[in-house]
Amino acid sequence: MSINYDVADKVVTPLHLDHETEKAVWSIRLGSLLTELIALSGISLSLLAMDKPLGLRALYTGLPFIKLTIGIDFLSALFLLITSAVALFVGIFSVGYFKAHMTSSLIPLLIPVFTLSMLGVIVAGDVFSFLWMWELMALISIGGILAEHRRSEVREAGVFYIVMTHLGFLAILIALVFLADRAGVDSFRGLAAAAPKLPRSEKNFIFLLSLIGFASKAGLAPLHAWLPKAHPVAPSPISALLSAAMVNLGIYGILRIDVEILGHGPMWWGVLLLSLGAVSALTGALQASVSSDLKRLLAYSTTENMGIIAMALGLGMIMISLGAPEVALIAFSAAIIHLFNHSTFKSLGFLAAGSVQSAAGTTNLDLLGGLAKKMKTTALGFGVASLGASGLPLGSGFISEWLLLQALIHVPLKRSEAMTIIVPLTMAALALTAGIGVLAMVKAFGFSFLTRAKSAGASEAVESPGSMRGAMAALSVIGIILAVAPGILSSVVDKVLHVIDLSANPGLSPKLNAMISFPGLRGTISPWIIASGVIVASLAAFVVKLIGNKKLVAQATLPPWVCGIDALTPNMNYSATSFAEPIQRVFDDVLKPDKRLQVSHYSESKYLIEKMEYNSKQQDSIEKVLYVPILRAVKWVAALARRAHSGNIHLYLAYGIVGLVIFWILAR
Amino acid sequence: MDFSQMTYLYLILQAVLLALVSPFLLGMIGQIRSRLEGRKGPGIGQVRRDIRKYFRKNSIAPIGSTAVFSLTPYVYFGTAVLAAAITPIFVSSLISDTYADLFALVGILFLGTVSLILAGLDTGTAFGGMGASREMTILALVEPTILMSIYAVSIPSHSSNLTAIVRGLLVHPLQAFLPGNVLALAALAIVVLAETSRLPIDNPSTHLELTMIHEAMILEYAGPKLALLEWASAIRLGVFLSLLANLFLPFGIANLGGSFPDILIGLAAISLKVIFLGAAIGAAEVFIAKLRLFRVPELLAGSFVISVLAVAGSFLFSAGLR
Repeated sequence: MSINYDVADKVVTPLHLDHETEKAVWSIRLGSLLTELIALSGISLSLLAMDKPLGLRALYTGLPFIKLTIGIDFLSALFLLITSAVALFVGIFSVGYFKAHMTSSLIPLLIPVFTLSMLGVIVAGDVFSFLWMWELMALISIGGILAEHRRSEVREAGVFYIVMTHLGFLAILIALVFLADRAGVDSFRGLAAAAPKLPRSEKNFIFLLSLIGFASKAGLAPLHAWLPKAHPVAPSPISALLSAAMVNLGIYGILRIDVEILGHGPMWWGVLLLSLGAVSALTGALQASVSSDLKRLLAYSTTENMGIIAMALGLGMIMISLGAPEVALIAFSAAIIHLFNHSTFKSLGFLAAGSVQSAAGTTNLDLLGGLAKKMKTTALGFGVASLGASGLPLGSGFISEWLLLQALIHVPLKRSEAMTIIVPLTMAALALTAGIGVLAMVKAFGFSFLTRAKSAGASEAVESPGSMRGAMAALSVIGIILAVAPGILSSVVDKVLHVIDLSANPGLSPKLNAMISFPGLRGTISPWIIASGVIVASLAAFVVKLIGNKKLVAQATLPPWVCGIDALTPNMNYSATSFAEPIQRVFDDVLKPDKRLQVSHYSESKYLIEKMEYNSKQQDSIEKVLYVPILRAVKWVAALARRAHSGNIHLYLAYGIVGLVIFWILAR
Repeated sequence: MDFSQMTYLYLILQAVLLALVSPFLLGMIGQIRSRLEGRKGPGIGQVRRDIRKYFRKNSIAPIGSTAVFSLTPYVYFGTAVLAAAITPIFVSSLISDTYADLFALVGILFLGTVSLILAGLDTGTAFGGMGASREMTILALVEPTILMSIYAVSIPSHSSNLTAIVRGLLVHPLQAFLPGNVLALAALAIVVLAETSRLPIDNPSTHLELTMIHEAMILEYAGPKLALLEWASAIRLGVFLSLLANLFLPFGIANLGGSFPDILIGLAAISLKVIFLGAAIGAAEVFIAKLRLFRVPELLAGSFVISVLAVAGSFLFSAGLR
């Protein structure tokens, strides 16, 4: 079963461990079973907590000095539900996936442990437990990302991720420990009561540091550079968990610490979060539109959608500080619904990408094509996912973007001059993101499943096994339900809104029924009526065709128009790169791709061209502009510090004594 | 859901009316263009005759295409007809009152365009990919202008609800001449030209494949499916022109419970406005040349700047109306 497509780009080399097959199969089964158990208990715990929140309970770990506290309120229950649901379907998918792509028998067992650590972060009830579980989750995710560590780009991505996640953890650690110290209490409930009394400067400090840490985990620009490196190189089930569950924990951190505990801050907090969100959304959308790797495209789409959620949260925070809670509630509900939608379509997208990689051996969009005929379930699944991600009606993303647009329209401009500039800018950013996002998703779907196959792997692809199909089908059904009936989320949204902003009148929150409306404000929409309208109208079109074509002549399948030559070769077709070339040209100054054109002439005459070679490499422009100088500065400082490493052991002993003396003096 | 019988009737009536009239609108534009170019012209009814001719042939599907190719004509036509049903044309409040607003209307029209783009990719030909790529780029760059213009027209009424916008203008008629409104009209006019594939963005009467945008995506269609696509393009033109007319100059439009003479006046008013706009398009097309593809983003960026100015203008001049 070792299929090795010699493709310049992504090569998946499943290692067929003959003598360990028995062990491998058992680890897949055990891992999947554990994942399902953990996911189901997570979902039931979440539903129980929605009914009656769980107060703070101590968890006995058996280790001395390590006391973990758990507490599940509505906010935790929301994230429990999302994470467990994603893990549920990933667990089913991983049965089929790892049977085809076994790298090590540890990786299938890593998924349930990873899920458990994420659930641990969500239910942590005090600072200590939160930090413990956060670091545990980070370490396990590192293991997941380095699953195929024999490839060099996986190792590079892994190192990048290790550094960034720990820098983020450092920021969160300092912020939370400082907060706990100043407030005098450890538990989140106690902090929520004590934190508003802290002086303004301390709250600002905590806000900034925690925002840096959580924004990095959520994949918000400019701290997002690890996302498009790490998510594509991990196995697809783990990528799905990373993109649809782990990045949500960054948002959870922002909601928990910055919105709930730190409470109503000054307007610039919201403006900062809004700006970060806008930049992330634009960066993500633009880079996704020019990515020619399917998983990298989906990873940048994660940045884009996290940016949209951050924009909604930032707008909500601004509205609270300006005293317009009804608009804030619309913005917050947009963020929460988009969380649900994004987790659904992103996990579905990554699972479909895993299915494609398994079948065709590559995720390079320039080499895929024509998979819809052979992989119908995968195509349908990815179709639902890309429709949801594109924000078009009938997709789940439409409702959350509509809510955000309504929040922007209803901003009371008289309360602040700054809003007259911020609102149009935000709307422009959101609109451009939406437009380019549609391009990225059309490219992803069109060039994987439509057009014609451009490589041997794509033309020989077959549909994935039943477990993978079942997981994708189930997620598609959820995606469709969320698109036409977002009202099923209404009770969850109401409860979480109550946690976020306790001062607001519960009667002010948006009503998410069959028709979405806002009490006191003008704006209504009914998703299921729009969906049924489109379906009915399309059926009417079919009827019109039947009426118009009374002879009912059968459709003929003929060769396409190829200007009179025999047949098209796949290279004569548009590729994903050429599809996005106009938009790349428009945004050339922002994207700055590395382009190289080499023209070689015949030795006999300089007027005759023998060969032209064009290379285009797209690097993340924020990484080029921001990270490279910082890394260079760090290397320079390190080079300076190296001068102190002479190799003389007497010098090192002297360093040690000096350090100890300083420590004694400070500890006084 | 209080769907009264009258609402259903009005919806279907409006959709059928626009569907029947739009081919003649398109034909009128072509005829005006021909006459101004000094030709006799094929007559106003030529588009309808072409559609009828296509219905009587049989459909073709290129080898290797999927259900996306086969189903797109129905989705494209369906979204066009649905948009025709919910746009305020001769009555100012219908289903658009509560179930869909301006964002949803634009989204529905975009859904149709995206399905056509996917069908272009599904043909597996270079022309289909080319048309899809160009149309997608234009769509991506037009979206900011559209959303900013919708925002600009929704500022006075604090809502993106179509009825609210139209009624707001009927109550304060002088608002129609405010700089914010005029600039938003200019921006949306460019958007309408881009979305309906008219000059200077796309030449609807070209026969050179390398200059096509919309035509390139439908190159492989024949028979009744081509008829549906051509008909849907005409309906979309009618929808966009009616929207343009009623978002900025809705005078004459009737109310839902209005009497029969009111509705007749509404019909006459919208006919006059749409005929005027169509004639303007036809006449302008004689004098404009098609823009190079890579100059189109500059035009769309210009329309975006105009829409931003429209928003600024709405802020400045509607402060007293809040």
